[in-house]
Amino acid sequence: MKTTNVMIVGVGGQGSLLASKLLGRLLIDEGYDVKVSEVHGMSQRGGSVVTYVRFGEKVYSPIITEGEADYIISFEKLEAARYAKYLNKDGLIVVNTQQIDPMPVIIGAAQYPENVLDELVAKGLKVEALDALTLAEQAGSPKAVNIVLMGKVARQFGISYDKWIAAIENTVAPKFIEMNKKAFDLGYNS
Amino acid sequence: MKKLLIGNQAVAAGLHDGGLGVVSSYPGTPSTEITEFLSKYDDLHSEWAPNEKVACEVAFGASLAGARSACAMKHVGLNVAADPLFTLSYTGVNGGMVICVADDPAMHSSQNEQDSRHYAIASKVPMLEPADSQEAYTFARSAFELSEKYDTPVLLRMCTRIAHSQSVVETNEATPAVLKDYEKNPAKYIMMPGNAVKRHPFVEERTLKLQELAEDCIYNTVEYGSDEIGIITSGCSYQYVKEVFGDNASILKIGMPNPLPVNTIKDFAAKVKKLYVIEELDPIIENHVKSLGINVIGKEMFSILGEFSQKTIADAFGIKANDSVSADSPVPNRPPMMCAGCPHRGMFYTLAKNKITVHGDIGCYTLGAVPPLNALDTTLCMGASISGLHGFNAARGGETEGKSVAVIGDSTFMHSGMTSLVNVAYNATNSTVIILDNSITGMTGHQQNPTTGYNIKGEVAAKVNLEALCKALGINRVRVVDPYNLKECETAIKEELAVAEPSVIISRRPCVLLKSVKPLPPLKVDADKCKSCKRCMGLGCPAISMKDGKANIDNTLCVGCGVCKQLCAFDAII
Repeated sequence: MKTTNVMIVGVGGQGSLLASKLLGRLLIDEGYDVKVSEVHGMSQRGGSVVTYVRFGEKVYSPIITEGEADYIISFEKLEAARYAKYLNKDGLIVVNTQQIDPMPVIIGAAQYPENVLDELVAKGLKVEALDALTLAEQAGSPKAVNIVLMGKVARQFGISYDKWIAAIENTVAPKFIEMNKKAFDLGYNS
Repeated sequence: MKKLLIGNQAVAAGLHDGGLGVVSSYPGTPSTEITEFLSKYDDLHSEWAPNEKVACEVAFGASLAGARSACAMKHVGLNVAADPLFTLSYTGVNGGMVICVADDPAMHSSQNEQDSRHYAIASKVPMLEPADSQEAYTFARSAFELSEKYDTPVLLRMCTRIAHSQSVVETNEATPAVLKDYEKNPAKYIMMPGNAVKRHPFVEERTLKLQELAEDCIYNTVEYGSDEIGIITSGCSYQYVKEVFGDNASILKIGMPNPLPVNTIKDFAAKVKKLYVIEELDPIIENHVKSLGINVIGKEMFSILGEFSQKTIADAFGIKANDSVSADSPVPNRPPMMCAGCPHRGMFYTLAKNKITVHGDIGCYTLGAVPPLNALDTTLCMGASISGLHGFNAARGGETEGKSVAVIGDSTFMHSGMTSLVNVAYNATNSTVIILDNSITGMTGHQQNPTTGYNIKGEVAAKVNLEALCKALGINRVRVVDPYNLKECETAIKEELAVAEPSVIISRRPCVLLKSVKPLPPLKVDADKCKSCKRCMGLGCPAISMKDGKANIDNTLCVGCGVCKQLCAFDAII
């Protein structure tokens, strides 16, 4: 079988590592060979972060290159645009419509592109946008954006709803389980 | 049981299951998690040492005592530990000893791109290099046996993509740690000339034996595919090669980059029509192959710079890549930056405002270099801020002493700033050193250090008193400021730069990301009072931006540090 390539992109501190941990664990339980490649250190400090998740019968490279991604799960609009070139022609971008200005924009040295998601659609890319931040706040914490987004893409990987819920229960701290389950449902049903 | 582990966790599991007794390390991306994961085991001694040299010597002492031991560091850490390494090669070991070193091709979080394989060759120590987490586990575990059998420390080389990639690992039952007997053996362990001169031949003989091992071992493997193309590769490059060629090329995977095999390479080369070496960074394998008189294509096709990917390999062989599209609008960069409420910001703002020449160091505060603060003049290596400032002032004297400082974090000061500060006092320049004490090792992800009062397991530990230490090192003027108080920072900087003697300013406030630090209520901007002067924007705080022509504070990011409030001339920030 062909290897499936998933990129999780966002801004350092948004919780993309937890999302990839959850997905990786579920995929290994499904019997796939799995590789997950993360970034640590300097690049995490509010910078652009990318995590690669690859699964299939046998996975070699831990990273994904241009034109290879089947899915890009983006925690922020600009990051979706930054990594769009990694998507293959049949791929899907799931993007949180949140805008987080990078420092060059904050200090006026660069402009945050308006309607950047429309540009991607106009290029023929398949884009599903959702306001994951609002949904996360509804669930009880703006920090749950990662789980909302995992809920949104959950159906894509052939993993049952119950297994996702069980993985959340096994991964997050007990006092946050209910909130995260709610966040997952809001994404799942959006 | 199959587990999904990052390479570093697999190394930790391999070391533990191989019977590790003692590990001592200094944190450094991408090596840090090896020791963090080891610290979770209660059946071994783990610790953060003040630097890699200390860590390596601790591991040596533990080996001498008969325990299996390890230390872990990033590539530049091995520069610091190089002194014990080269002579450890002569003494050899008692209990097996593994030195884990993690290279960072593409410099995701490093100041250079050095290739640690040079150290293995130069110190004549065997080196293993895993290509995934399973090998990281197996190689780390087997390294102890290799170490004891050949009486040598063993280098285990990781790189960022192996260290921080999760892949499937099957672990085996752990070997319980045992202590071998310690016997006094001056000829082996006291490396004074008369003894060392007799150990050097042993080292050369050992290398010959290891070369024999390299011909037939679990580390170097051959996969025969096509006889048209033969590829010698190692580490993560192997994965990229397999991704592109699958079974359509013959591959010699090198898992032991030092010493390299000879006959294995000759046999492999003889069976393929065209031979390539694909390795990241320097042409170590390539030069070895060429030294055997074999024609090979290497760095003329594959860069010495950065890290590879499957695309690098495919492009080099002219294999067409997938089509891709991107947005037309330029996408602004998103560089890393100091967090909202970072205690370093107030100090850097004050230094930049006063146009001070700033000798920087290694840590989160290197981010003081980026716009809009642009506060740093130089960053070289751990500890170099203080010694560099001293040299700068020694060269230019009074001209610079009054307008230059060094900035160094608490952990970096412990690592290698202390000796530099002694030099300032002893060789008497009027240098001003600012210790940015955020009470943690920040950039590598919050490790304890001797100034925090806690050890690696979070237990209460002896706490270095920085004020007393600086005074003991010969600095009479030592003062403490709160970097959230801009006026206090500015007064201290001006006064200490003005005096005709060396001085230390300790800028003390814990990292805002520490769980023990409770954020204050977020501030907001009174839009009616805001005159859009953008003075607050000069801080480079990610929580502050301009919205509809007025300053705006993001209440999800703001931790209420109040630095911007002190800057606002119109009392618009409340």
